[in-house]
Amino acid sequence: MTWEYAPAPESRAIANLKPSYRMFVDGQFVEGGGEPLKSINPATEEVLAEVSTASAADVDTAVKAARRAQDKLWGKMPGAERAKYIFRIARMIAERGRELAVLESLDNGKPIRESRDTDIPTASAHFFYHAGWADKLDHAGFGPDPRPLGVAGQVIPWNFPLLMAAWKIAPALACGNTVVLKPAETTPLTALVLAEIIQQAELPPGVVNILPGAGEVGAGLVNHPGVQKVAFTGSTEVGKLIQASLAGTGKKLTLELGGKAANIVFDDAPLDQAVEGIVNGIFFNQGHVCCAGSRLLVQESVAEELLAKLHKRVATLRVGDPLDKNTDVGAINSREQLTKIQELVASGEEEGAERWTSSCPLPDKGFFFAPTVFANVSQAMRIAREEIFGPVLSVLTFRTPDEAVAKANNTPYGLSAGVWTEKGSRILWMANRLRSGVVWANTFNRFDPAAPFGGYQESGFGREGGRTGLEAYLDV
Amino acid sequence: MSDRVTVSKTYKLYLGGAFPRSESGRTYPVTDSRGKFLANAAQASRKDARDAVVAARSAFGKWSGATAYNRGQVLYRVAEVLEGRRDQFTAEVAAGEGVPTKRAQSLVDAAIDRWVWYAGWTDKIATVLGAANPVAGPYFSFSVPEPTGVVAVLAPQQSSLLGLVSVLAPVLAVGSTAVVVTSQERPLPAITLSEVLATSDVPGGVVNLLTGHTAELAPWLASHADVNALDLGGAPAELRTDLERSAAGTVKRVLRNPAAEPDWTNRPDISRLRAYVETKTVWHPMGV
Repeated sequence: MTWEYAPAPESRAIANLKPSYRMFVDGQFVEGGGEPLKSINPATEEVLAEVSTASAADVDTAVKAARRAQDKLWGKMPGAERAKYIFRIARMIAERGRELAVLESLDNGKPIRESRDTDIPTASAHFFYHAGWADKLDHAGFGPDPRPLGVAGQVIPWNFPLLMAAWKIAPALACGNTVVLKPAETTPLTALVLAEIIQQAELPPGVVNILPGAGEVGAGLVNHPGVQKVAFTGSTEVGKLIQASLAGTGKKLTLELGGKAANIVFDDAPLDQAVEGIVNGIFFNQGHVCCAGSRLLVQESVAEELLAKLHKRVATLRVGDPLDKNTDVGAINSREQLTKIQELVASGEEEGAERWTSSCPLPDKGFFFAPTVFANVSQAMRIAREEIFGPVLSVLTFRTPDEAVAKANNTPYGLSAGVWTEKGSRILWMANRLRSGVVWANTFNRFDPAAPFGGYQESGFGREGGRTGLEAYLDV
Repeated sequence: MSDRVTVSKTYKLYLGGAFPRSESGRTYPVTDSRGKFLANAAQASRKDARDAVVAARSAFGKWSGATAYNRGQVLYRVAEVLEGRRDQFTAEVAAGEGVPTKRAQSLVDAAIDRWVWYAGWTDKIATVLGAANPVAGPYFSFSVPEPTGVVAVLAPQQSSLLGLVSVLAPVLAVGSTAVVVTSQERPLPAITLSEVLATSDVPGGVVNLLTGHTAELAPWLASHADVNALDLGGAPAELRTDLERSAAGTVKRVLRNPAAEPDWTNRPDISRLRAYVETKTVWHPMGV
């Protein structure tokens, strides 16, 4: 007999959702001069809150506030004092972890299990880790007394809203920079709660400014002459535009862009364990992950067996209410993204790949896409080359380790890769040859503030995390 | 005075370990600092630049895959062979840069010493830039610097040997390969250096040297999809922004050093080594 899951919803009241949110500039929550946006719950399409957005003048005000704060206070403050402010932020995120997790799942559509167990704790950990660097930069390997760059203009995506804010803000502050951050248009809410935390932690006004808005706010921010450092996480397409627009300005730039990671399974891999890793690699966060294992490369001799196991496992994934603790795959973040996924999936079918889609029930409302696996994918197909950013896996096969490496590296991207095999020497051989910034062996999608993360080639440059990540925010 | 007529050298490109003329058949005259004719140098074309990138890409696997110890030995060997041709370089630097022989000699000595400095870095840079990451979970996580790939280097225009060595050696030390556009007006020491490279166990294609017009060649390299990084050092000031913009087309790493040349005799730091590496982080679970 089959045991049905009873619904186990987290209460949305925990999110303390407010009807409206305002931008955070120079220590105050203020109305923006831009057209307010409505942030919706992608699982229900209902409006969650109205959020004020920044005008060009607001960008200017925020950058000037950040400049003043950097010159007069933050840049001069002893690292040990900066550290204590950043530690406070880490602690307060953890204290309000439940609220932030529910709010994140409402605004983004990700399962509460993920926002609760990954996004929010890792965001807190990121502040905690970097706080400790603030008074130890002399020992970071960039020479004595490395200097901050000034004002950092940061633009982040919608897939890990609070976590990406933490990845950007924590190292910037630890190194003595001040920040103007633009959260994604569809997911501004947790960043504005973070602003509240920053206010409660009594950071001096202007040290962190948060400006919601669409692409033009980001463009205005990164191109503002008062900004010395630009950090962007998002699509390769926009990353290239930013890099081009900063040409000749001398601004320091780091980019964390798209990916098309190969997840490589050898015939000696523990297949059940590999299946879990593959599922985690592509269906974690609905596949809205730049480092998602979106290309599965399976050794030919086990391809059939693995695919059967994979179908069986994926069929058990529960798609639905992000606030339900039993949900495995939540809502696609926006209609626009859903359309993009549908379009690429259609191209996969047209180009002759074999589509398998889970028959799991989908909610009537909201943006959902059932987990999909394409077999018989060739390297020339769009679904093998383009970032889908959704719960869609493309399966290719290989015969020899050399062929696996050649296929894995056959992409302009180079963010991450996975290797599954019981043979230690093969893991290291593969890790050495894969041209990607992260290699997960017999695991996937692990993140830690102490471990540098970032891409090769068109997946961007610069690293976030670890000692290496500090370079992005220092004048070295 | 001897009545023997000297055998003068034909200066050519250095591509894939060979010394071809430009496929375009073009040359341009090189003079000393007073305007006296020294030689005709090959004027490389777009096709030569693309051939150079192909050669650098083909050589990348072997060079980046060599042990750091081996790369160190090869680079040290370059210094040894340079030392043996000290007088020749001194004469070329003195003629090209218009400095007294004594000054030229000290610049050549500094260039030799710089090779030695970078040769010693090959098997240390991973220790300095790498790490075992103390992650919060049952995983072993480590990070290592790996070579970025093919680097297009616009060599300094003034310092024809020491400047060139200072920008080229770090590319090689980390295991990347190079396409170099030499100083336009002072290309001769670079060509002679290529003879040293060719006889120092540096595999063909690891370094490719193009003489010619920087402004003509640089845009092709800046936009080339198989070039991973670009050193703007010797770029004409009016082209720098355009080159940087076009490098964005494939998200190249761009080294945007100041337009004015630094004093190359200053002791270098490791920033150039950092510029040509990618950090790779590897994770594996721990358990029984």
